[in-house]
Amino acid sequence: MSNENDFQGELGSHRPYLLRYANLQLRNAAVAEDTVQDTLLAALKGEQRYAGRSAIRTWLVGILKHKIVDAIRKQSRETTLASDPGDSDRSEFDHLFKADGHWQESAAEWGSPERSFDHKEFFRVLEECLAKLPKRTAQVFMMREHLGTPTDEICKVLEITPTHCWVLLYRARMSLRACLQQKWFAGARP
Amino acid sequence: MIGMMSCREVSELASQGLDRKLGAGERFALGLHFRICRNCARFNRQLELLRRALQRLPDEVTGPREGVQST
Ligand SMILES: [Zn+2]
Repeated sequence: MSNENDFQGELGSHRPYLLRYANLQLRNAAVAEDTVQDTLLAALKGEQRYAGRSAIRTWLVGILKHKIVDAIRKQSRETTLASDPGDSDRSEFDHLFKADGHWQESAAEWGSPERSFDHKEFFRVLEECLAKLPKRTAQVFMMREHLGTPTDEICKVLEITPTHCWVLLYRARMSLRACLQQKWFAGARP
Repeated sequence: MIGMMSCREVSELASQGLDRKLGAGERFALGLHFRICRNCARFNRQLELLRRALQRLPDEVTGPREGVQST
């Protein structure tokens, strides 16, 4: 087993990854920084409980996920009305559908996921699209899809109703879908 | 009227299907609609691709670091 300095160095080497991870979720550099700091400190204190070098990043991400949810909960409490304007309003999608509820435009065939996932550029575009989401919408979406948090837990953390939660998730998906279509599938990729 | 769902309603329900357990009736209506509506079937596959992409996001962007040793 490595000595303490090696272990600290090893933890530090994962810092850029953790920061990136936290930033994707929190969209706030200062809060992300604090969250990662807390995570590394907690990891250092819990050194004994870490067994097996290969999974160190997975272990750190596991700690980080909890810290992120805590941070989001705190943010949500501090900004009493943390909702984006028109949170429950679905009229923004009116232009996608005809009056009878059918699609205005036919949906494009995106092909197999691997065809896109093989390209680093795809993920860069995805990040660009994520950055366009309103903050709260993005947080809910990332908690759900990236952290894998169950919807009822997201509702509790943010103190919103399940219906509200589903609307935010729907909005995020619709928006990302349109953005990816425009910036990726309609262009470079068939 | 579960057999008469519009594409708009289907898109909302398909999204919810990723976030809650749909009832048997809802699943049946979705499946039926997907079979007769190419656009909604594609939409549903797009949602699935999106979900899988998000699960891979930070790894893809930073590249795996598992083997990197501190200096
Ligand atoms: Zn349809």
